[in-house]
Amino acid sequence: MTIEVLAVDDSRTMRNMIKMALNTDDFDVHTADDGQHGLEVLAGIAPDAIITDINMPRMDGFQFIDAVRDQDKHRATPILVLTTESAPELKMKARDAGATGWIVKPFDPTKLIKALQMVAG
Amino acid sequence: MSDDMDPMAEIRASFFIECEELLEALQDGLQSLEDGETDSETINVVFRAVHSIKGGAGAFGLENLVRFAHRYETALDEVRGERLAITDEAMRLFFQAADHLSDLVRVSRDDAEVPSERSAELLAQLDVLIGEEEEVEEEIDFQPAAMVLDLDLDIGDPIEDMPSAAITEQSSGAEEVNTPTIEVVFKPFPELFETGNEPFHILRALNEIGHVSTEIVLEDLPTLDTIEPEKPYISWHTSITTHADIAEINSVFEFVEGLCTLEVGPKVQSVSVTKQDTPSGDEPETVEVPIQVPSPQTPATEKPVENLKSERIQETERTPSKRSNPVKSVVRVDLDRIERLVNLVGELVINQAMLSQSLEKSGLSPHSDAMNGLDEFQRLTRDIQDSVMMIRAQPVKSLFQRMSRIVREASAAVNKDVRLITEGENTEVDKTVIERLADPLTHMIRNAVDHGVESKADRQGSGKPAQGTVTLTASHKSGRVIIDVSDDGNGINRQRVFEIAVSKGLISDDVSLTDTEIDNLLFLPGFSTAASVSDLSGRGVGMDVVKTAIQSLGGRITIHSEAGTGTKFSISLPLTLAVLDGMIIEVAGETLVVPLNLIIETLTLSDHQLDQIQPGLMSIRVRGEFVPIFDLGVALGYRNPIQNYQDCVVLLITREDGQRSAILVDEIRDQRQVVIKGLDENFYRSPGIAAATILGDGQIALILDPTDILYETPFQEKTEHGALA
Repeated sequence: MTIEVLAVDDSRTMRNMIKMALNTDDFDVHTADDGQHGLEVLAGIAPDAIITDINMPRMDGFQFIDAVRDQDKHRATPILVLTTESAPELKMKARDAGATGWIVKPFDPTKLIKALQMVAG
Repeated sequence: MSDDMDPMAEIRASFFIECEELLEALQDGLQSLEDGETDSETINVVFRAVHSIKGGAGAFGLENLVRFAHRYETALDEVRGERLAITDEAMRLFFQAADHLSDLVRVSRDDAEVPSERSAELLAQLDVLIGEEEEVEEEIDFQPAAMVLDLDLDIGDPIEDMPSAAITEQSSGAEEVNTPTIEVVFKPFPELFETGNEPFHILRALNEIGHVSTEIVLEDLPTLDTIEPEKPYISWHTSITTHADIAEINSVFEFVEGLCTLEVGPKVQSVSVTKQDTPSGDEPETVEVPIQVPSPQTPATEKPVENLKSERIQETERTPSKRSNPVKSVVRVDLDRIERLVNLVGELVINQAMLSQSLEKSGLSPHSDAMNGLDEFQRLTRDIQDSVMMIRAQPVKSLFQRMSRIVREASAAVNKDVRLITEGENTEVDKTVIERLADPLTHMIRNAVDHGVESKADRQGSGKPAQGTVTLTASHKSGRVIIDVSDDGNGINRQRVFEIAVSKGLISDDVSLTDTEIDNLLFLPGFSTAASVSDLSGRGVGMDVVKTAIQSLGGRITIHSEAGTGTKFSISLPLTLAVLDGMIIEVAGETLVVPLNLIIETLTLSDHQLDQIQPGLMSIRVRGEFVPIFDLGVALGYRNPIQNYQDCVVLLITREDGQRSAILVDEIRDQRQVVIKGLDENFYRSPGIAAATILGDGQIALILDPTDILYETPFQEKTEHGALA
């Protein structure tokens, strides 16, 4: 089974990185530029997991997670937060918003894959 | 983008492109901050730009970039958290840091030498700004690590690894008698499910660490009629036989830390919780209380969620972003492909012109289907051409932003306080024009700061504000792009310019020149007004080089200066380097093209309009105004002066200084769009010849820049007896 992933990050480099790290048959990656765009993309797909950045224009990661969790069909969709902040308070803030877990940038592709399989496999 | 490019290199390349955009956003944001727009979104934009650069740089192991961006980001975060005020000093440092960040991006991209001295200097200044104690604590948490992709990762099939929902798990790992056993008690809180976590996945991950034996504790499970399906009722007690340490096991629970009761520790004598079947009809009271496993000796690793929270959470409030720009959908296209398209469209234009010409010759009725179709074809061709040219158009913003740095550096070097004001940043110009404009513009901006704006003392002496301004504007005007560089300095000291020109032997001291002519002396090769060669403009590059560069773009540059109030350099450029609307004329048997936008009107000469101003210089009276006539054939060296101007045609042209001139030609043949073909480097550059084109009949014609001839011709006449060769 392929794990369908939505990656939300305003940095093109990061989106590319994620796509490349998940460039195996096990994953099918969609991307969005920010939270708002993420919600738009999400309307048309049903991913097995979502990866999101925190610091983004228009709608940040916290707001995005909030909005995703507000949707019944995504109440249990695993959401991983991608962040350069390894500060525990940010992780906790993300969790309060409903995030499942986190990955600290710069991420190790193996860890990203493991984390995804951990939450969505 | 070539297919053989290694994917990592490709992402790296795209990272640096993204950096350029981020740096631009950073500059923009800083400028807004300086202009007093200190709302949280502006600060966020600035912060985010630096943050994203750091993030990407970390992935490529660009340590210098990461280190600098990190400290810069920390300072900006202080501003964001309103712990640091935006003072003039802070702004100056932020601008300098942005400049340096841009340098670091560039050296990182080119693998060039890192200006570490400058880094250290700015880092120290940032530290002072932030206050030392912050810096130490923040230092630790971001470690750049080059991302290495192993595309042959053996990640296994997640589904095959799925455990059955069994009570006991057996891993296939080797079972050694001496292998230690670790006990894990795991009891989810209801919140665990709200975060999308799944105990099943965690147990599966444990299974990968060692030989696992799990018991499910079902004592809290209520009966079906009272069960709330979204609440956890089950807990697990697992024994893992493994060489892995407790930390590794804890890492499996990383995401659920605080969302469950968790105890991890070495196994003591016996399992203390036994499996129970739920007795039917037996109703447990509560499911919320964490199970207390009676193993007091076990070092528990439970961490209550409260400890992990901090005051910072409250600080950063989630406010919806104010500026919700719709996402523009953008396609990145290799420039080569666009060039090819531009060239093909050029061919199409020529081809269409040839077809028109041959159909006209064939004597078809203008109302015939073929001719109507041709009209349509012509219009489509033009639309396609416009559209293609628009692909190449870019706002001048990035170019202007670079100039603000030049102003900062230049003013610091000469100890002046100069501010750059930019207008019309969104004016779009051909990409190549923008690129080739960078050097001349840099030079002009430096000149404006160095020579244009007076010293602080002089300014105050003449009642001006101590801070000088250099204004850079871009606008569209009658099919051309106008870029003005003006300063509010003292204007050109014409007396001094004249003296220098004489002393350098550029002119003789007995010529009388108009103000405009004196100003134009600045463009003469070998002219430099700098009394002492300063660090800045006096780099051996004169305004003549600027002028040549502008001309090579099909542009013109003019000066307008007023004593006491400042100097303005005006650059006029074609919108595109690829096509122009031209008038096809004939002089002394040669076919030439004159850009249509220069021509005000065309007149056929008759004797009564003509006057002789001086021997060899005729003028024409146009509505009461005397306009000098220049014979194009003579100016280009095609023929000797003719005596009889009767029945010749003149093109009335406006020069940038507002003066009009009449250009004498033999005949006007046509008016059409032509494709500009650059002249080879080895083609001797003669004044007045801008480029060449291929006409509809396949003939090659030169494209003129008549204003060039107008400027050079009278000037040379006046200085014939001077030193100018």
